[in-house]
Amino acid sequence: MADVRKKVIAIIAEQLAKPEDSISESSHFVDDLGADSLDTVEIIMAIEEAFSLEIPESEQEKIRTVGDAITYIEKHAKG
Amino acid sequence: MTRTVQRRRVVITGMGTINPCGLTVPETWDNLLAGKSGISTIERFDITDFACKIAGQVKGFNPDLFIEKKEQKKMDIFIHYALGAAHEAWADAGFDQVQLTKAEREVFGVYIGSGIGGLSTIWDEANGYRGPRRTSPFFIPSLIVNLASGQASIKYGLQGPNSAVATACATGAHAIGDAARLIAFGYADRMMAGGSDSVINQLGVGGFAAMRALSTRNDEPERASRPFDVDRDGFVMAEGAGIVILEEYELAKARGAKIYAEVAGYGMSGDANHITTPAPEGEGGQRVMRAAIKDADIAPEEVGYVNMHGTSTPVGDKLECMAIRKVFGDHANRIKVSSTKSMHGHLLGAAGGLETIVAVKAVQTGKIPPTINVDHQDPECDLDVTANVAGTLDSEYVMNNGFGFGGTNGCLILRKV
Repeated sequence: MADVRKKVIAIIAEQLAKPEDSISESSHFVDDLGADSLDTVEIIMAIEEAFSLEIPESEQEKIRTVGDAITYIEKHAKG
Repeated sequence: MTRTVQRRRVVITGMGTINPCGLTVPETWDNLLAGKSGISTIERFDITDFACKIAGQVKGFNPDLFIEKKEQKKMDIFIHYALGAAHEAWADAGFDQVQLTKAEREVFGVYIGSGIGGLSTIWDEANGYRGPRRTSPFFIPSLIVNLASGQASIKYGLQGPNSAVATACATGAHAIGDAARLIAFGYADRMMAGGSDSVINQLGVGGFAAMRALSTRNDEPERASRPFDVDRDGFVMAEGAGIVILEEYELAKARGAKIYAEVAGYGMSGDANHITTPAPEGEGGQRVMRAAIKDADIAPEEVGYVNMHGTSTPVGDKLECMAIRKVFGDHANRIKVSSTKSMHGHLLGAAGGLETIVAVKAVQTGKIPPTINVDHQDPECDLDVTANVAGTLDSEYVMNNGFGFGGTNGCLILRKV
C-alpha cells in the first residue's frame, strides 16, 4: 500500500514538475497542484500505464485528488 | 461611403534570436561579421544511412531560462526556440521594465510563423505509438504551427491579433511584413513577429535530402554552405528562431524606445510555376522585390544592400542573382549583397526572422556580414557578394529576400532611422 502511494506521488511529481514532498494524499490536482484539464488527463494516463489499468472515462472524472487515485488503484490494480 | 485609411510608420524596437551562430543577437552579429560558420556534423540521431550528415544545430540552448519545467514537455522544440528568441526581443524592447496596461495589451499582438511546425514531436509520437489511450492530450497543442504565437501571447499577456503564417522558407519575412501591415493600418499598435523552425530529425533531413536539396559536403561541414560559389551543391538545413518587436513609430518615440530601423516596404508574390523550382529568370523574385520597392515608395537605386535568400542551391542562387540584375539594372553593379546562410545555414521558416535582424543590424551599423566559402565565384552570380570578408555600407535602405517552396516569395525593405 505504501508502495502505491509512493509511486502515485512520484508520477504526479514528474508530470507536474513539483517536488514530491509538496504532494500529499489530500492534494487536489487542480486546486492544490495547479494542474489544468489536460494535465489531469495525462496524469490518469500515466497511472494507467504504471499500474496496468484501464480506467473508464466515467471513473476518471471522479479521480481529483492524490488520495482518489490511490484508492482507485488499490481497489482495481491486478496482482 | 469610403473610408480613408491613414498609413502609419512602423519601426523595430526589439530583436531576439536563437540560431547555430549564437543564442543572442549580439553574439550572432559578432560571429557573422567574423565569418564564423555554425555548421557541424549532425549529433541528434544516427546519420549512417543519410546522404546528408550535416546541419546548423543550435548548441548550448537551455529552455529552463525561458520556460517553466512543467510547460517544456508540452511544447515542441520549435516553440522552445521561439520563446527563447521572444524573451530576448521582449527585454531588448524594454518591455520587461514596464507594466503595459490592459488597453495596450489588447492592441499588442503576436505573429510568429513556422515553416513546418512540430515535426520532431510527430516523429516521436508516431514511433512510440501505443494506441489512442496512450496519445498525450498535449500532442496536438505541442506541435501545431500557431502555438508559438499562442504560447508567447499567454506568457506576455498579449491580447491583440494572434496569428501564424506557414509559407515555408518565406515564413519569417511574411510574418514580419504582415504584422507590420497590421500596425500600419491601425489593427494593432505593437506586434511580436518572426519565425521559428526545428526539423533536424530523420524525417526532416531525409525529406529534404530526397529532394536532392541538401548539400552532401559531409567531410567539410563548415564549408558546405557556399552560396554563389561554383562548387555549391545544395543548402544546409539549420534550426532556430528570429523574432522582432514591431511598434507604431509615434508610440515608440513617445516611450523613448531605442529604434533599430523602420519597416519601409513589404512585397509578396507567387511563382505559379512549380512546387520547388523557381520560375525562369527568377520572375517571382523580381516581382516580389519590385512590389517591396513600390511599397516603400523609393527608387531601386536607394537600396544599398540585399540580404539574399541565397540558399546555396545551384539553381536558386543563379536565378536570384538574375532577378536582382533585372530589378536593379545598372545599380546591380554597385549594390552589395550577401547570404549569411553561408554561416548559419538555412533556418527554413525562421530564416526570414533571423535575416531581417541581420539586415537591420547592417543598416543600423553600416557593416555587412560576408558570404563565406566563396572560393571561386560563379560567373552566373556576378554581384558584389561581400565574399569572405565583412564589408561596409553607407545607405538608408536595405532589403531582405525570402523565397519558399510552393513558389511563395516575401521581401522586406528596412530603413535607417
